[in-house]
Amino acid sequence: MATIDKPKYKVIGTRPIRHDGVDKVTGRAQYGADIKLSGMIYGALLRSPHAHARIKNVDTSRALAVTGVRAIVTSADLPEQGDRVVELGEGAVNMRHLTANVLAREKVLYKGHAIAAVAADNIHIAQEAVKLIDVEFELLTPLLDVQEAMRVDAPILNDEIRTESFGSAPAAQDSQPTNVAKHFIFEKGDLAAGLAEADLIVEREFDTATVHQGYIEPHNATVHWNADGKITVWMSTQGSFSARHQTAELLKVPISSVKVVPMEIGGGFGGKISVYLPPVAALLSKKSGHPVQLVMSRTDVFEATGPTPGSHMRMKLGVTKDGRLTAGAAWIAFEAGAYTGSPVGAACMCVFSCYDLPHGRVEGFDVCVNKPRSNAYRAPGSTHVAFAIETLVDEICEKLEIDPAEFRLKNAATEGTRRVDGPVFSRIGMKETVEAIKNSEHYRSSLEGKCRGRGIASGFWFNAGLRSSVSATVNPDGTVSLVEGSTDIGGSRASIAMQLAETLGITAEEVIPSVVDTDSVGYTDVTGGSRVTFSTGIAAIKAAEDIQSQLLQRAALLWEMDVSCVRYEDGAVVGPDGQSLSFKELAAKLNATGGAVIGRGTSTGEVNQAGAYGTHCVDVEVDPELGKVQILRYTAAQDVGTAIHPSYVEGQIQGGVVQGIGWALNEEYWYDGEGEMRNATYLDYRIPTCYDVPMIDTIIVEVPDPQHPYGVRGAGEVPICPPPAAIANAIHDAIGVRMEQLPMSPPRLLEEILKK
Amino acid sequence: MSGKRIVSVSINGNPTEFLCEPRQTLLEVLRNTLNMTGTKEGCSNGNCGACTVVVDGRPVVSCLVLAVEVEGAEIHTIEGVTCGVEMDEVQSAFLEGAALQCGICTPGFIVQAEALLAQNPAPTEDDIRFYLAGNLCRCTGYDKIVRAVQAAAKKRQSVS
Amino acid sequence: MPRVFIPPAIKTLTNDQAVVMTSGKSIREVIDDLEKMFPGVRQRLIDGDELRPGIAVTVNGNVTSLGLLQRLDNDAEVHFLPAVGGG
Repeated sequence: MATIDKPKYKVIGTRPIRHDGVDKVTGRAQYGADIKLSGMIYGALLRSPHAHARIKNVDTSRALAVTGVRAIVTSADLPEQGDRVVELGEGAVNMRHLTANVLAREKVLYKGHAIAAVAADNIHIAQEAVKLIDVEFELLTPLLDVQEAMRVDAPILNDEIRTESFGSAPAAQDSQPTNVAKHFIFEKGDLAAGLAEADLIVEREFDTATVHQGYIEPHNATVHWNADGKITVWMSTQGSFSARHQTAELLKVPISSVKVVPMEIGGGFGGKISVYLPPVAALLSKKSGHPVQLVMSRTDVFEATGPTPGSHMRMKLGVTKDGRLTAGAAWIAFEAGAYTGSPVGAACMCVFSCYDLPHGRVEGFDVCVNKPRSNAYRAPGSTHVAFAIETLVDEICEKLEIDPAEFRLKNAATEGTRRVDGPVFSRIGMKETVEAIKNSEHYRSSLEGKCRGRGIASGFWFNAGLRSSVSATVNPDGTVSLVEGSTDIGGSRASIAMQLAETLGITAEEVIPSVVDTDSVGYTDVTGGSRVTFSTGIAAIKAAEDIQSQLLQRAALLWEMDVSCVRYEDGAVVGPDGQSLSFKELAAKLNATGGAVIGRGTSTGEVNQAGAYGTHCVDVEVDPELGKVQILRYTAAQDVGTAIHPSYVEGQIQGGVVQGIGWALNEEYWYDGEGEMRNATYLDYRIPTCYDVPMIDTIIVEVPDPQHPYGVRGAGEVPICPPPAAIANAIHDAIGVRMEQLPMSPPRLLEEILKK
Repeated sequence: MSGKRIVSVSINGNPTEFLCEPRQTLLEVLRNTLNMTGTKEGCSNGNCGACTVVVDGRPVVSCLVLAVEVEGAEIHTIEGVTCGVEMDEVQSAFLEGAALQCGICTPGFIVQAEALLAQNPAPTEDDIRFYLAGNLCRCTGYDKIVRAVQAAAKKRQSVS
Repeated sequence: MPRVFIPPAIKTLTNDQAVVMTSGKSIREVIDDLEKMFPGVRQRLIDGDELRPGIAVTVNGNVTSLGLLQRLDNDAEVHFLPAVGGG
């Protein structure tokens, strides 16, 4: 539902078949592991069996002797990085950590940490040879709990890490090493005064377990280090340019000697931005003289990529008796994993973002533990804090007997609200999503039956702007070939094509989009951060406008008049005396009027998104004897600005919701005392199947973002934020148990039920 | 070369012979020996369904079938679903209903859905969800996939 | 005069002022101005010739990828925040 008068679009808002659809339903689409190159050989990795150990020696001699083995590499083959910090597109990365994560140096810091790699004539030989690499370890105590890791006397993972407090002077070099890598503080107003004003204060502590993005396609990279020094990488990635930069930095080669060809990607959700395989495959290729393909196993993906952190959080909210929030305090510790870099900063900035909070204080800690180095997972950090805060809000509503939707409307952040982390919100749609739920048939319906309950929750994500480039060529038959660099995870090449089509006044089918390699298009930041439809869309719109102005020149030439006399209108160039040439007609005349018309567009990263909100409503039934929760009905309202392709917007919402349901009810990394993940398969790391969930109803709310020509807001990430909290609130409504941990899996829920 | 076996099968209606080691799975042979990469590998231990093919009328996870086991069998893969350049009802329904996002699970779902409709031309929503529960999708939340199978079933019923 | 919001850890250098009015037409000039008023601030925000890794700057709520080069209007509001990545 639109909240302002929506312009009448011709293409935007329709549901064309996606341009890459036929290849995907016939099995023709080429994903990373599908590529075959002449002379290609296969690689396998040796991974640490220990969660924390010093590497005393690595002996590859037995493995090298195996017939069919072509090359072996260890960290000795990767150049030294020192403590360089490099801006890699979506954040700064410490290169010492990145290289050690790719192939371990002095220490292994998690079970599954890669130590060496073998390339051989086939995968079976490579895997057999890996078993023949002898490594001497000195075992160390694994640290698996974030609060344990923060203690002053905790075993240290990285000797060179000192706490970096945001904005503080760097720690003295002779200060003690620590596992607390980063520290953040945000303040607004006067917390003590705000709490003093409150008639009711609620506070709780929460724990969430490590959770994985769960993309069905494992990481892969096929690399050829050519005799001319050019390195080509075919891979599954969310960002070819970021992958190129990381690979070039890790290998210490000029950036232009690396070309990344993005294959179709089988899911990412933030987990396919960091590189793991390309540098290893590149070195194997250099040593063996062959292209080398590396594909992770599912176990490798769980153990050795970048799950989202487990956390411990302490939250407090103060409210007046008539339901006005006065103050909030949050203490948030995230498990960064082996190396620093969890999204705890973002979590701190999201925690109170749904509300207009006069006084607040947030403190966040990024803590190293012996688990794989965490990475982004769809609105990273926001789901954790939403679970905590929305639970407290629900508690407030229960105690003050206020309707949860009314409470959120009363306290909602709106345009002009100042965030606790500082900036002021511009045009946002928090209120509108709450209203959508409040007025929904679901919320108004009654819920009958034993052990059944209903909960609502809201969530927020910033969404990114960043930089994209496209170019677009007009073909003689009136179609446009659109070249872009945003890897397409969810159908974005269609939504970009639609924005170009709308601007030019042609149909979506008349645009032919391609996602190309790093040599074929201008710099484009990652597909992530819900930025592609917004930012690459802006680039495509600019390219369309560039084409328009060139077409005006051509028409003026044909009609022998000054270009100021002609204008572009409704897909045609129109002259002063009623002359008109449609886009298609002009396209046929381009070669006769000067040659190619190529439109160019970039989005510069100065234009930012205002942020997106979702409010969800869920009905559950709890089996009090098993602790099992059944999702009966789910409705998700989300502000998407303007839905370019409603089917794919709905799809993003539904997909995020179901990931959130998995996070809420079952998914967790189950570690034993030695730091081994005991459930590293899809059998035991159980993500929702289609039998576990009902239809997911979506309500598309449209509060256009003023910074995008068509009002787009990113839709991809925010839908994962509300589900765990909404479900927790529904469980409480059903059986009176308030959960303070994720997942709320049957054993954990049952334990709480039995306590009552 | 010692130890390799010759296996004769029919794949998508075409008689085929291939050479394989006893330790190779059907999935590996399809993808690496026969270059039929439409069938995908997601987990290699039978839990995600991305590698689903039909062997003698029965959908199986090809990562858990040894290639030597299918001697003499009739195998159907995603490559055999399309009739020439026409999409069939299931494929069209997936496209029209936007029932895919990244698409990696799509071949497995389509093969499994075809097997379902062959066995049960008018499945309920519960039937569909139960039958497809062995195919994991992380992108769509399943809603549009289930609706696509419903739409395909309806279309096929109305034609026949 | 752009208004700069001071991160809590830097307030110790600015006599506990949370918001400081500065002069400057770019982020770089604003930081130079802050340094004149409160020596030591620049080193907290800048490393070499760029913003310290991990520090993003917003102008009127917009994260800008131009960093120190970002031009400012007279009534701009500036915040220094952790750089946030999406997924």
